[in-house]
Amino acid sequence: MAIESAPRPATPSDEAVPHPVAFNRRVVGLACRNCRRPEALGPSYVCPACLGPLEVVYDVGAVRAAVSRAAIEARAAGLWRYLELLPVEAPPERGLAVGSTPLLRAARLGASIGIDDLLVKDDTRNPTLSFKDRAVAIAVAQARSFGIDTIACASTGNLAGATAAAAAALGMPAYVFVPAALEPAKIDHALAYGATVVPIDGTYDDVNRLCLQIADETGWGFVNVNLRPFYAEGSKTLAFEIAEQLGWRSPDVVVAPIASGAMFTKLAKGFDELVRVGLIDQRPIRFVGGQAAGCAPVARAWADGGDVLPVRNPDTFVRSLAIGNPADGRYSVELAHASGGSIEAIPDELTAEAIRQVARLEGIFTETAGGVTVAAAEAARRRGVIGDGDEVVALLTGNGLKTPEARLLGEEDRVARPGLPGLAPVIRPSLTAFETWLEGHA
Amino acid sequence: MSSVRIPPTMRTATAGSKVVEVAGLTVREVVDRLVTTYPALAAQLLDGDGEVNRFVNVYVNDTDVRHLGGLDTPVDDRDAVVLLPAMAGG
Repeated sequence: MAIESAPRPATPSDEAVPHPVAFNRRVVGLACRNCRRPEALGPSYVCPACLGPLEVVYDVGAVRAAVSRAAIEARAAGLWRYLELLPVEAPPERGLAVGSTPLLRAARLGASIGIDDLLVKDDTRNPTLSFKDRAVAIAVAQARSFGIDTIACASTGNLAGATAAAAAALGMPAYVFVPAALEPAKIDHALAYGATVVPIDGTYDDVNRLCLQIADETGWGFVNVNLRPFYAEGSKTLAFEIAEQLGWRSPDVVVAPIASGAMFTKLAKGFDELVRVGLIDQRPIRFVGGQAAGCAPVARAWADGGDVLPVRNPDTFVRSLAIGNPADGRYSVELAHASGGSIEAIPDELTAEAIRQVARLEGIFTETAGGVTVAAAEAARRRGVIGDGDEVVALLTGNGLKTPEARLLGEEDRVARPGLPGLAPVIRPSLTAFETWLEGHA
Repeated sequence: MSSVRIPPTMRTATAGSKVVEVAGLTVREVVDRLVTTYPALAAQLLDGDGEVNRFVNVYVNDTDVRHLGGLDTPVDDRDAVVLLPAMAGG
C-alpha cells in the first residue's frame, strides 16, 4: 500500500519551480570534508591542500528562509521540488523526469523477515530504472553550467544507463566505461541511448583508475570523478522524499546498499540538512548498509574495527556493488558506528532469495543490490540493530530486469502445474489443448 | 629511474610537470626522493606520520600497491608509478 500516492514526476518544463533565493546566496561553494578548506564552485573534486573529498556547502540560514513544507508540497513531483537544497541554480529546461518514487508499506515482506514496520522506497521506477538518475541529474545540470560538452562515467552498470540517457536528453555525447564482464542488459541499455560504451578488461576499480586519468587529460565531465561533489548530492533526494512521504519526519532505521558509500553517506547528509533548515525534527536514525560478501571491504572494516582494505578481485554476482576500493568506505563505517547501525555482508545465495521474496511478497522486481539491502535488513534485525516496533525504510535502488538471471541462484524455474506456479510447457493455441494440460495435472 | 605520473592537483608542486623521473629501489624510496626533489609535494602526499596520505592511491604499472607489497614494492627503470586521488567513483 502506498503511504503517499506518487504521481509521475513532471518534466522540468511542465512547471516553473519557484526560485526565491539567489543561487550564490544559498550555495556558498565547496569545502574539503577532511580539512574544511573552502574551494570555489567548479568541476573539481579533491582538496588541493590534502586531497580530501570536496563537498557542497550551503548557507543554512538562506536556505531555511527560502523553503517551507508547504512550498515544497505545492511543487510538481520530481527531485527539483527540493531545489534550494541542491547545488543547481535552476531546474534545467530539458531533462528526464527523475524522483518522487513511491514509499510503500511492505507488510508481507516485513513479516517474512521479522520486521514489524517495514517500508520500501521503490527507486526501481526512475527513468532508467535505478537511483542513479538522481545523481546524474545534478551532475549533468552542473556540467552544463561549467561549459562541459561531453559527459562520461565509470560504471558498475546502473550508472551507465543513467548517464547515457541524461546525455541523450540534453543532446550531449556520452562515454561510458564499464568492466567488460558487466551484465549484457546494462551494456545494451547504455547503447540504446546512443552512448559510446568502452568495455575495460578489468575490475570496476581498474575502470575507475583509468577514468581518473582520462578525466585529467580530456576535460570531459565524468559524473562520478570531477563532477562527484554534485553527483553525490543527488542521492540526498532519497532522504528528502522519504521524510516528506512519512509526513515530514525521519524513520528509525534506513537500510541501503553500499558500493562506494557515496549514497549511504549522503542519505545521512540529506536528513541532517532537513533538520538544520527546519523541515523535520531531529530524531536518531540508525543507518544499516549492505554489501555482497564476495566484495565487502566496508562491512569487514565495520566488523573488525580496522581500515577499509581494498578487495582486488570481487567474487559476487552483485556487480552493481562490486567496488573493491570504495572512496567513501571509511565515512560509511563511521556513519554506521556513530548512528548505532551496522554494515552487513550478504552471501549471493541470500541475495537471490531476497530478490525472490520481494517479488513474490510485494510485487517489486529488484536487481541484486535491492536483494542485498533486504537481506541486510534481515541480518540487522537478527543482530538486534533493528528492534521490535522500529520503523524501517529499505531502499530498492534498481530494477530486476537489469539482472534477470540473479533470481535463479539456488532455485531453478519449476514446470508449472495447476496450483503450482512456474513455466508451463508450450501448448497449441486451442482451448482443448489448455483443458487437456489442466486435467492432466488436476 | 622510474617514471612517476603526477595528477593535476599536485602539478603546482612539480612546476607543471606531468611525468617526472625519480630514482629508487622501492615505492617508498621513490616517494621519499620525490618529496626531496619537490618539497611542496610533502603537504599533499604525506600524512603527519610521514606515510602516504590516505587520500592518495599509488599504482605501479596500473596495480594498486596495496595489492602488491605496499610501499615496499620493488620498482626499477621499466616501472611506471602513478599517483591518483582516492576520492572518486561509485
